[in-house]
Amino acid sequence: MRMKRVAAVAMMASLALSAAACGKEGNPTPSGGGNASGGAQGDSCSTSGVTFTPKTDANVAGSQAFQKIKSAGKVVVGVKFDQPNLGYKDAQGKRCGFDIEIAQYVASTLGVDPAKIEYKEIQSANRETAIKGGEIDYYVGTYSITDKRKNDVSFAGPYFVAGQDLLVRKDDSSITGKDTLKGKKVCSATGSTPIQKVRDEGMTEPENIVEFKTYSECVSQLLDKKVDAVTTDDAILKGYAAQNPDELKVVGQPFSTEKYGIGLPKDDKAMRDYVNDQIEAAFTDGTWKKIYDGTLGKSGSPATPPQLERY
Amino acid sequence: MGEFLRVLTDNASLFRDGFINTVKLFLIAGVGSLVLGTLLGAMRVSPIPALRAFGATYVNLIRNTPLTLVFAFLVFAVPKLDVNIDYFPSACIALTVYTSAFICEVVRSGVNTVATGQAEAARALGMTFAQVLTLIVLPQALRAMVPPLMSVLIAMLKNTTIAAGFSVLEAGAIPAYMAERGEPQFAVLTWIVIGFLILILPLVVLQRFLERKWAVAR
Amino acid sequence: MSSSSVLYDLPGPKARLRNRILGVVSIAAIVALIAFVVYKFDQTGQFEARKWEQFQYVAVQREILSGLLATLKAAAVATVLALLFGAVFASARLSDRWLFRTPATFVVELFRAIPLLILIFFGYYVPLQYGWPIDKFWALVIGLTLYNGSVLAEIFRAGINAVPYGQSEGAYAVGLRKNQVLRLILLPQAFRAMLPAIVSQLVVLLKDTALGFIITYPELLFAGKQIGGRLAFGLPYVPTYLVIAAIYISICGLLSVLAWWLQKRLTRLPRSAAKPVPATQTDGGTGVTPL
Repeated sequence: MRMKRVAAVAMMASLALSAAACGKEGNPTPSGGGNASGGAQGDSCSTSGVTFTPKTDANVAGSQAFQKIKSAGKVVVGVKFDQPNLGYKDAQGKRCGFDIEIAQYVASTLGVDPAKIEYKEIQSANRETAIKGGEIDYYVGTYSITDKRKNDVSFAGPYFVAGQDLLVRKDDSSITGKDTLKGKKVCSATGSTPIQKVRDEGMTEPENIVEFKTYSECVSQLLDKKVDAVTTDDAILKGYAAQNPDELKVVGQPFSTEKYGIGLPKDDKAMRDYVNDQIEAAFTDGTWKKIYDGTLGKSGSPATPPQLERY
Repeated sequence: MGEFLRVLTDNASLFRDGFINTVKLFLIAGVGSLVLGTLLGAMRVSPIPALRAFGATYVNLIRNTPLTLVFAFLVFAVPKLDVNIDYFPSACIALTVYTSAFICEVVRSGVNTVATGQAEAARALGMTFAQVLTLIVLPQALRAMVPPLMSVLIAMLKNTTIAAGFSVLEAGAIPAYMAERGEPQFAVLTWIVIGFLILILPLVVLQRFLERKWAVAR
Repeated sequence: MSSSSVLYDLPGPKARLRNRILGVVSIAAIVALIAFVVYKFDQTGQFEARKWEQFQYVAVQREILSGLLATLKAAAVATVLALLFGAVFASARLSDRWLFRTPATFVVELFRAIPLLILIFFGYYVPLQYGWPIDKFWALVIGLTLYNGSVLAEIFRAGINAVPYGQSEGAYAVGLRKNQVLRLILLPQAFRAMLPAIVSQLVVLLKDTALGFIITYPELLFAGKQIGGRLAFGLPYVPTYLVIAAIYISICGLLSVLAWWLQKRLTRLPRSAAKPVPATQTDGGTGVTPL
């Protein structure tokens, strides 16, 4: 008897599901204002309005990575999906943000149409392995250049410089900077640079360090008062604060310098030099500024291109 | 081989902390789910239809929900009830809530293995409810229950690894920390497997022993 | 269910009254609990339109649907492979030759003792470490196959062993050869005995696909995390997880109904001498396992 009832419930649930499967077309934009995606190509979107035209004569002599991309006719790019204005997947499945547009720009300079980009969501902890293993061709997703990582991968850039900061609840005035974190619960993404810094410098007690796979989960825990601060780069935090200004604020005392680079296979100097040249070109011809203003610039302050670090 | 050993010795404190937490989770959630599971099992065999229905609904909902989702509810939905539970206790509760559904089923089918006629005969002799329970039903039901209970608990021990996704540093979280430190994953994972084998083997041996001992006695 | 149970006698007038009172009290308690949860959810805005409006959009529905398909795809492929794995290792364990028996026993016991999460990590990270990247789908499927295949091997073995010994003795006595005994006598009876246990293990396998989110395989729970993580919609984790749970419960519920129906049908057929393999007695096998 019991199972019959269960069956009935299950049938009703599946009916309800199928009945619900007709809905509004178009881009779900919440009443609270979200991010509209325009100029979309494939999964990519471009809120800055820059069109990325693939270079027809692209060639990187002596680069294995380039040969792979060329023969495949597409690029596989590692990205983040939960960072508003940087690397974000919207409700329509479109990828938007500063990092995404940089990724599109790089793809176009390699002769690949941005529509042919295959995005892969790689978590912070897995980035080196994914590049080393060839799972992705390159990675653009708030990826800080560090000497330790240079043992495993190589970096083009930096294409942006951010600083580690804190996101707190708006009514919380007890946290004013990194020295006020003792005894507070601090959340960040598993395996990310910021949380390692908190741990290594002992900014808070080890048992107060909270780690989740995504920053959104951290922000949810912050709003639920289960943690007191979310820490990562200000560029990311500003995106969250901009979407919920009534409840969240960024402390605004950055305590590190995070140079975002494009993660590339380690032993491919030709590729690295080529991508560096292309970033430099974007700095000088104004493409970089246009991308910045149309994405990150919407929530943060104006910025100037950083100094490239070639090696 | 030296490299393989080095991974363990260099990170000994992380492995130790991780496995200590795994064992703690196992013990707390083990006791918790035995209590809650028995309670639910009692509901399912009780003469009160409302309690029976509640027990059945609980079991059917929880058993068909992935444990990860149970964890997610504890961590993301429970705070909305204005109840603030830290991550380690949350993990204990999630494991308890999930595992007790299975323990409930073991209890129920254990009790049902006892032939109705036995209890009827005991009642005909004038035994009270407590006497029927402790002298007739439980001695027989427990024998049928212990081997599957052990299975459930062994499964629960392995399930503690899910807590890694919800900010609890236990054995399942070690790979992520090791990736941060750039240690070779193969060695790390192999050591974790060895750790679990050490924890599980005694339980399996105990289970086999009880199974054999009581199979003869029946 | 018969009106009398092992534990309780048929209630008399006093007991009936007491049961009725207890029934009313427990209904009240359950209703109060549910009301509290609903009230608090409502108070904290879990039912506000902003948190639910995403689900109206085709794009979001498609996101859920593609997550569901990814879940079902991984489950389907892993089911086929796990059944194969189980069949091979069960027959090796039942073999008369220790050369087959011992390694098979070792493999089956080993994989049953490793947490599935760790098996999936093995499938994902180790090939990456050696520069031979493997698709997340296959990393998940391999983990699911090894673990559930080992459990299924034990179910198969228990099923064969559940056929009374006299059956095979009799078959040998009339001159059947070993594979004939297995094929004609044991398997047909064992199959019926173990089918319900197999189906419950497949429910477990389906639920276990949810672990894919840890290696970012885009299955149903992963889709839920993305939908729930949209700050623009007020981080609707609660609504999203409710929807995802409802989907899992309906699908697994349907499978459980199938298991129940099979059991009913099979017990109606009188000719199997084997007692059904109880789901709860094959270690791990059964809903009793992981996840």
